[in-house]
Amino acid sequence: MTIGDWLTESANWAFLFLAIPTFVASVMVVSSRNVVRAVLYLVIALGGSAALFLMLGAEFVGWTVVLVYIGAVIILFLIGIMITRAPLTKSVDLSHPISAKAPAALLSVLLFGVVAWAVVESFGLETIPLPEEATRTGEIGLSIFTSWVIPFEVVSFVLLAALIGGIVLARKDEPAEVP
Amino acid sequence: MDGFWLAALKVLIAFALLFNIVLVLVWVERRLVARMQNRIGPNRAGPAGMLQTLADGLKLMFKESIDPRRAQLGIYLAAPVLALIPALLIFLIIPIGAPITIGDTTYDLQVTDLNIAVLYFLAMSSIAVYAIVLAGWSSGSKYPLLGSVRAAAQMISYEAALGLALVPVILYNRTTSLAEIVAAQGGTFFGIFPAWNIVLIPSFIVFLIAGFAETNRAPFDLVEAEQELVGGYHTEYSGFRFALFFLAEYINLFNISALTVVFFLGGWHGPVFGPTFLQYLLPIFWFLLKTAAVIFVFIWARASLPRMRYDQLMEFGWKRLIPLSLVWIMVVMVAVGLRRFGLPWS
Repeated sequence: MTIGDWLTESANWAFLFLAIPTFVASVMVVSSRNVVRAVLYLVIALGGSAALFLMLGAEFVGWTVVLVYIGAVIILFLIGIMITRAPLTKSVDLSHPISAKAPAALLSVLLFGVVAWAVVESFGLETIPLPEEATRTGEIGLSIFTSWVIPFEVVSFVLLAALIGGIVLARKDEPAEVP
Repeated sequence: MDGFWLAALKVLIAFALLFNIVLVLVWVERRLVARMQNRIGPNRAGPAGMLQTLADGLKLMFKESIDPRRAQLGIYLAAPVLALIPALLIFLIIPIGAPITIGDTTYDLQVTDLNIAVLYFLAMSSIAVYAIVLAGWSSGSKYPLLGSVRAAAQMISYEAALGLALVPVILYNRTTSLAEIVAAQGGTFFGIFPAWNIVLIPSFIVFLIAGFAETNRAPFDLVEAEQELVGGYHTEYSGFRFALFFLAEYINLFNISALTVVFFLGGWHGPVFGPTFLQYLLPIFWFLLKTAAVIFVFIWARASLPRMRYDQLMEFGWKRLIPLSLVWIMVVMVAVGLRRFGLPWS
């Protein structure tokens, strides 16, 4: 299939319309000089990925991304930034030495390679038809709690551990009163 | 009529309806609060002052919009629009009447029936926080910043309670689509009492209280506590930009009241009788009447309750409402499971 063929499908135009801004925003997240702006670009990137999920008929996943990531996680980022440094007009120096940048870049490329390899290996050029209508939430619930119940429980265990870790790190015990 | 134009028409009607509702709503609130405080309230523009809101809106439109020198202009200008968008989008999923059948097509009286509407509503109301946070931060001034930090903390806390209050509704009605939730409340208990979800009383109470906090209204209006914060997150906004925030606030008030009716008070269900046209109009009437009743409770609370202190607000949210909802979810879960599957050993 050539690029020309690929572009004749309207669904692919919709994909490009969503994917290009998502990609640009993702690059801006790491290249932006202002922390708050970087966070806002992250919102756009996450919104784009939520829209891609919606386009694939995965309504539940799409709205969950909006609710959890955009609605809760990023807002907490914003509060954290605002009440700690509140860089209203001046931007914080975000440049890091190359010794910090290089491993991060390497890791990102590796991660991308692994994910891309996994996708190509399992699907190749096989095209999956878009579903006629959105997946019902009930079916997702059933499959999570029947075929995928072990991974689900593992993930929730990891989250519980992270939660406890967060409390331990954040908690500041008052020094004991000296009688 | 093919799908696209029908949807466009519905959106247009919803838009017009919403703006007219806000015009009436602001007037009703001002008059009611005035009566409760033994004042008269606006009574000059139009019959009984009904056009006061329109006059105020027009005035704001012609006022100068000031750009603060230290504002982050792009975000500063986007924030009011960002406040309005989620408010308008939530209205799209609210069924305001029974489906109408003309010829052999059935028209739903809601713009779209998402099968995941509950999640959509929660997602939209969490996006609404952005407008407030960004407005406060981009204004480049202290009071708005304090107001918006408060707002974000408050709205996130109570959103958790709001979401948890809806879990029993989903469990009980076994659907997340608003049209189906309303349809599930159609019958009666023992032939007399309407089978509304209000039987889930703890959920109803938690939802209503969290609704007060989500719309930033008294007794949870710390966000714009005038005595402490001048005006809160929109202190630096003037003219039409301020009007947009104001509009979004009242649309949110209507939305949360309408959703209370949809989730707990049976939606558009009510006694229906008479000729065909009346059978179509009565459900809309019942829906609006119930919504008006809930809005009255909101206004009543504003006129009678003092503002909570910030630490009380947070404690109430995290240490009372959320544990209560969690326990109640377990109770409902067991009850629904028993009703569906019977006792585990039988």
